[in-house]
Amino acid sequence: MRIQTPLARVRYLGSAKEGADHWWWQRLTAILLVPLTLWFVASIWWITVSGASYEAFQDWLSGPVAAILMLLFVGALFYHLKLGLQVVIEDYVHYKPLKWALLISLNLGCLIGALAALYSVVAVALGG
Amino acid sequence: MALRERPLSPHLQVYRPQLTSVLSIFHRLTGVFLASGAAMLVCWLLTAAAGPKYYAWSEWFLTSWLGYALLAAWSYSLFYHLCNGIRHLFWDAGLGFSLRATYASGVLMVLASFGLTGLSWGLGLLFYCTR
Repeated sequence: MRIQTPLARVRYLGSAKEGADHWWWQRLTAILLVPLTLWFVASIWWITVSGASYEAFQDWLSGPVAAILMLLFVGALFYHLKLGLQVVIEDYVHYKPLKWALLISLNLGCLIGALAALYSVVAVALGG
Repeated sequence: MALRERPLSPHLQVYRPQLTSVLSIFHRLTGVFLASGAAMLVCWLLTAAAGPKYYAWSEWFLTSWLGYALLAAWSYSLFYHLCNGIRHLFWDAGLGFSLRATYASGVLMVLASFGLTGLSWGLGLLFYCTR
């Protein structure tokens, strides 16, 4: 018979039932980002070679397809970025205060960055 | 109960570099580096939302020599991470796990990443100069 409580037995021994979620969303965003990245690069490429003017950029982002794809791209990108860098920090930073400082900065930074980018896309798309 | 320090597995410097391990660590490096590209993306969109006067700041930075150097590095990193990411997705589906397939897809991925980067910049220059 064990004297340990069930909690003591499982503590530090494995899954907190969140690992699969992390893995799954990293793949989902990756799948989404394959076509979106190609589309983004092609679009930027086209805007650049056709003169790179502010008007050309505004025209492009004012179309509903471009605006929606751009919102999707920014959302998927920042979620993918958050998930990826989180693992890098967890793998290489073992000093706990620094690790937590970096993880908190990463999460807040991605949230703020994504919000700023999403707002900007909507502002340019609707403000033309 | 005091938390015991867990042993860590031996790291990169212990192993002889192989194509597989080198490509893997570069996937991480390009991923981390691309985070700075995401920051640039936010700045670019923010200045665009603020109006033509501020958009000119992004243009000024991106067309400086530092801007072009960063764009070259970002574009290569993006294609590398994209190509190797697709390779990873195949592995996730359980495909291409044999040693031969892993090496073949690795070489193919590197060629594709250089090819796509060269194609983008080459065609871009061609269009730009003949416009």
